Amino acid sequence: MSKNYFEIIRAGINSTFQDLGRKNLYHIGIPFSGAMDNRNYLLANKLIGNDHHDPVIEFAYQGPHLKYHGDKLNIAITGDVSFKIKKGDNLTDGKCYQTFILENNDELNIISTNKSVYGYLAINGKFDLKFQWSSCSTNTRANIGSNNGEKLSENQKINIKEINQNFVYTKLNYVNTKIENIRVIKGTNFNYFSDEGKRNFFKNEFKVSKLSDRMGMRLEGQKIENIIDTNIRSEGLIKGVIQVPADGNPIIMLSDHGTIGGYPKIGVVISADYDKLVQLTPGSTIKFQEVDLNGAETLFKLYDLETQNLISQI
Amino acid sequence: MIKNISNLGDAALYCDFGKEVNKEINTQVIKYFKTIKKKNIIGVNNITPSYNKLIISFDLKKINFTKLKKIIDNIEIIKSESIQNKKFEIPVCCEKEFSLDIKRLEEKLKMTEEKIYQIFFEKEFFCYMTGFIAGMPFLGDLEENLRAKRLDTPRVKVPKGSIGLTEQFANIYTFESPGGWNIIGNTPLSIFDSTKEKEPNLINPGDLVTFKRITKENYQNYHE
Repeated sequence: MSKNYFEIIRAGINSTFQDLGRKNLYHIGIPFSGAMDNRNYLLANKLIGNDHHDPVIEFAYQGPHLKYHGDKLNIAITGDVSFKIKKGDNLTDGKCYQTFILENNDELNIISTNKSVYGYLAINGKFDLKFQWSSCSTNTRANIGSNNGEKLSENQKINIKEINQNFVYTKLNYVNTKIENIRVIKGTNFNYFSDEGKRNFFKNEFKVSKLSDRMGMRLEGQKIENIIDTNIRSEGLIKGVIQVPADGNPIIMLSDHGTIGGYPKIGVVISADYDKLVQLTPGSTIKFQEVDLNGAETLFKLYDLETQNLISQI
Repeated sequence: MIKNISNLGDAALYCDFGKEVNKEINTQVIKYFKTIKKKNIIGVNNITPSYNKLIISFDLKKINFTKLKKIIDNIEIIKSESIQNKKFEIPVCCEKEFSLDIKRLEEKLKMTEEKIYQIFFEKEFFCYMTGFIAGMPFLGDLEENLRAKRLDTPRVKVPKGSIGLTEQFANIYTFESPGGWNIIGNTPLSIFDSTKEKEPNLINPGDLVTFKRITKENYQNYHE
């Protein structure tokens, strides 16, 4: 029984523990997992003075409402998140990208990720978690990782093993920008699609469907016509791959994706755009824009530099 | 041998071993997989072997396509690298409640249930790859007369332990999962165990698998 813990008043829609994820396991069917939006994950840990790979709580849409019990604790929330902190009868609006102190009986109510999907909660301490293959990341599909591979639920507590005595006060001026243009490199089965299908893929807008989660993002739009075969020999997948099954609607593989798939790959989202892609809410429209490998590598260098700059400002 | 290497996005190498799918080519893929894995190349995150492809994904902060391709182009397969060929016998119960698609197969294959099971249980299968969901083995090759397409509309939930057939392959659903394979039975045996971090998968690429029919009573009282 931990002395310091969060009581869960409301668990939120999909609240899970995440870190950098686990690698070298695709060949046995275990995906990467880890925080969906890597930049906001890194910023949360940096703000609170943690190591860059420490576990955080990731939440989607509506986050958890927590009541804290224990010694003084420092927290930071990143993303585009509305939250409130209740101290006694005093209710204040929280701000992302700055630290807040929680004391015994304080409540943290993460109300909404506004017009984005994922947000992150980091604490200056260590959650009491199970690590599998060196990662706490919860994969609810294979019940792997912390919390018995399940998302957080109301009938449990979040135990904190230890609190660092390093209480920093930090603040960062940063606003998440949204993108509509998602840049992609042509996929290995690009020629499976009709000329019109290929044109439509880069010309038309697609709508993010409600059937999107940590595994994949389904898109709706003008059907992309396949002229060769709607199945390929099952082969490996990576995050960002855009598959088009027989119904002609693209599906983008996200961090908890199945490791093998048998639908033709029309494109792959570039690494520089992944963090922004996952933040697109159902109903958002997106457009694909083609870049080549060199272009994608340069864009990633720039994106990574920007992340490092933000980190160094903290 | 690798016929062609291309990029899959900006952070993966796509190694193509040709169009054909057979044990010889798949054995080559597995040998490459094992050799590359042993090299511990800095920046490589995952290596995924499949029937006739090998996908190597990497951390773009540490290495890029051109540099990694150069390494893979010059890699020499360790000659002595053998694949496992462990043998397994998987117990399967084919009671009605488990054999969800046997009637469909009787119709599609124009064959009686008894005949389908007879052919299936006589076969020794080869594990080509594992994945999609954790630990799921893709086993081949089914006899030509047992090959059927996937369901027109995939099930939202295929029960854990289900044995499925499609085209030239059989598989085992290690978790409840969506899926479109023709289900002919269920095994009480655990094929994936996440508490065994070193070897969570019972069956690995290169292994040989046969199935053994068990009664419902055996199924219910099954202890590993």
